[in-house]
Amino acid sequence: MTGLGKDLVGLEPLSAEQIRLILDTAEPFKEVSERAIKKVPALRGKTIVNLFFEASTRTRISFEFAEKRLSADSVNVAASGSSVSKGETLVDTAKNLEAMRIDMVVIRHGASGAAQFLGQRIASNVINAGDGKHEHPTQALLDLLTLRDRFGRIEGLKIAICGDVLHSRVARSNIWGLTKLGAQVAVCGPATLMPRDIESLGVTVIPRIEDAIAWADALNVLRLQLERMTAGFIPSLREYNRVFGVTSERLARAPKELLILHPGPMNRGVEIDSDVADGPHAVILPQVTNGVAVRMAVLYLLAGGAPGPGQAMGGEER
Amino acid sequence: MSGAILIRGGRVIDPLRGGDGIADVLVSGGRVEAVGRNIPAGEGVRLIDAAGKVVAPGLIDLHTHLREPGQEDLETVASGAMAAAAGGFTAVCAMPNTDPVTDNQAAVGFIVSQAQRAGKARVYPIGAVSLGQKGQQLAEFGELVGAGAVAVSDDGKPVVSSHLMRTALEYAKTFGIPVADHCEDPTLAQGGAMHEGIVSTRLGLKGIPAAAEEIMVARDIILAELTGGHVHLCHMSTRGSVELIRRAKDRGLRVTAEACPHHFSLTHERCEGYDTNAKMNPPLREPADREAIREGLRDGTIDAIATDHAPHHYDAKEREFDDAPNGIIGLETALGLAITELVEPGLLALPELIRRMSTTPAGIFNLPGGTLAVGAPADVVVFDPAVEWEVRPAAFYSKSRNTPFAGRRLRGRADLTIVRGEVVFERA
Repeated sequence: MTGLGKDLVGLEPLSAEQIRLILDTAEPFKEVSERAIKKVPALRGKTIVNLFFEASTRTRISFEFAEKRLSADSVNVAASGSSVSKGETLVDTAKNLEAMRIDMVVIRHGASGAAQFLGQRIASNVINAGDGKHEHPTQALLDLLTLRDRFGRIEGLKIAICGDVLHSRVARSNIWGLTKLGAQVAVCGPATLMPRDIESLGVTVIPRIEDAIAWADALNVLRLQLERMTAGFIPSLREYNRVFGVTSERLARAPKELLILHPGPMNRGVEIDSDVADGPHAVILPQVTNGVAVRMAVLYLLAGGAPGPGQAMGGEER
Repeated sequence: MSGAILIRGGRVIDPLRGGDGIADVLVSGGRVEAVGRNIPAGEGVRLIDAAGKVVAPGLIDLHTHLREPGQEDLETVASGAMAAAAGGFTAVCAMPNTDPVTDNQAAVGFIVSQAQRAGKARVYPIGAVSLGQKGQQLAEFGELVGAGAVAVSDDGKPVVSSHLMRTALEYAKTFGIPVADHCEDPTLAQGGAMHEGIVSTRLGLKGIPAAAEEIMVARDIILAELTGGHVHLCHMSTRGSVELIRRAKDRGLRVTAEACPHHFSLTHERCEGYDTNAKMNPPLREPADREAIREGLRDGTIDAIATDHAPHHYDAKEREFDDAPNGIIGLETALGLAITELVEPGLLALPELIRRMSTTPAGIFNLPGGTLAVGAPADVVVFDPAVEWEVRPAAFYSKSRNTPFAGRRLRGRADLTIVRGEVVFERA
């Protein structure tokens, strides 16, 4: 028993224990990426398909490194240039891949629920690498790991998630993960970009960024999709920066120093200023490093790896 | 014409005459010949034992999508009319969002002739409000009515232009027909896949706020007052809509409204797990909305129960939630849901239910039927109000299977349906 079930579609269905299991399992995997030979045999012989229906650089490459460092065989399928662009349905695409005897599918898709939909229809393990506006669990896991690295705990932390919560799968997964592990979570951004009844997820709404900064131990600054302006959610990017931007001036007025997270890719000068992004309190690159470790942990656990991957670590290939 | 049929010993309910008691019903020559105790069975009269059953005027559905012409793989006039008969309906009104759109007299005539050929439930075409349902130019209401249309609607889409809605209501007065509107502000609803609320927030699906419906309900009521026309509000789903209609009726405006079984049975929580059989427009709403719809049906604010029977192919529903089409089929579950959800809990007595599913719908669209008065058309349903059964889509007469009620145990089901004096459905 891995303790995670067949698929990882989100953090909402997971218990605090399951989330801690993933984070604890990620710890030893961090070290693998620091080795000269970055490879362990844990998933040798496993076949994994990275099925990406939306453009992604960071997440796809992070998964690919995680798979390769676990010795799995992986194939990348991009939606354009495949049968998907010829009108094949998601189910047919996945079933055809499965007919080639694969073990896991990592899926990124523009439709909320796509990962769960797939997981219910194929026998392979399914990992959600972002589905619409629903969840992006491995992003939240790497955020949790990064917070735990810096603070030594999650419980009791005050985390403000700032920006376009309405369209953000990162926000939803973070809300579930953080609240389950005992953090206090606030969301902050324009009212036009706050989902209806967001308080029902156990968060408080702080309308002004200054107040969020004064309250929080850490900010998770969401990417503002530039098309939100043309869709009428905000008047302009310039005004967004002036009213909601995370700037060094605003941070300087905070009673304590805040940790700054950002899932990337950043719009410098919009949701976050460069001197903050490049400053001493930003952990944006450590987040990326941790991303490989948590994805290795998820792959390892779903593939049936025992908690505490000691033996997997020992059999390093040379 | 067929031979006479004597339905004996059933509980005969006729809301129009206020009748409710054990009696026999004799139909002959396509008409109700007699209703009373101990009617003698004449020579060659078919006898039907209705002891323990309800005998009522056949159900009438104001809102059905039959998909013919254009999508005959989903439903045809014949298959839909058969499904209707199996559900206890003796007449259905077919929405004009076919392909091509039912916006001219030839298209209306085609549906009429297909219905005659099928010979099951009656099918009354509803003509389009605008040519091609494009929301610009009025369709030829006079010719539509001449060919057999009983109302006009651009259902599937709202009549966006208030000017067009105004002229439609005014022009329809000439022909004594209602304008049935699908109330939805498209700028608020655009891209929405379900009700906007707690569940859409959790699932990350774009929501359709209740306000999208209520804004158009309010507009239509205001235009009904301006024009004196008859607006019929389709598939009402929100508490706010019910309140608006209640106030309009208090003021004596010519506003009628219908609600669908799914809106008095289910809530947006049914969308959990991204079940596309819970995707419909208007969407499943919140528990308070469902309660308001039930209360509206109880106090008569909502005049009629209509199915919004919307067949879709399995493949089309077997998709990502955002990409799946809206709608569920309803002809074969409507009576069972109404009895289970409204009659069993004591919200509606059976005669009131018959009123909402037969008598009042007939009155709204000015259709024959809705009563068992002597001389009325012999459109009759015999149903068992107590039988418990399980919804098995594979057994449906409809060509489609898209229902969120599969596996649900319901109480009440039609056993026999008579249209124009002929048995068109009889449960084996």
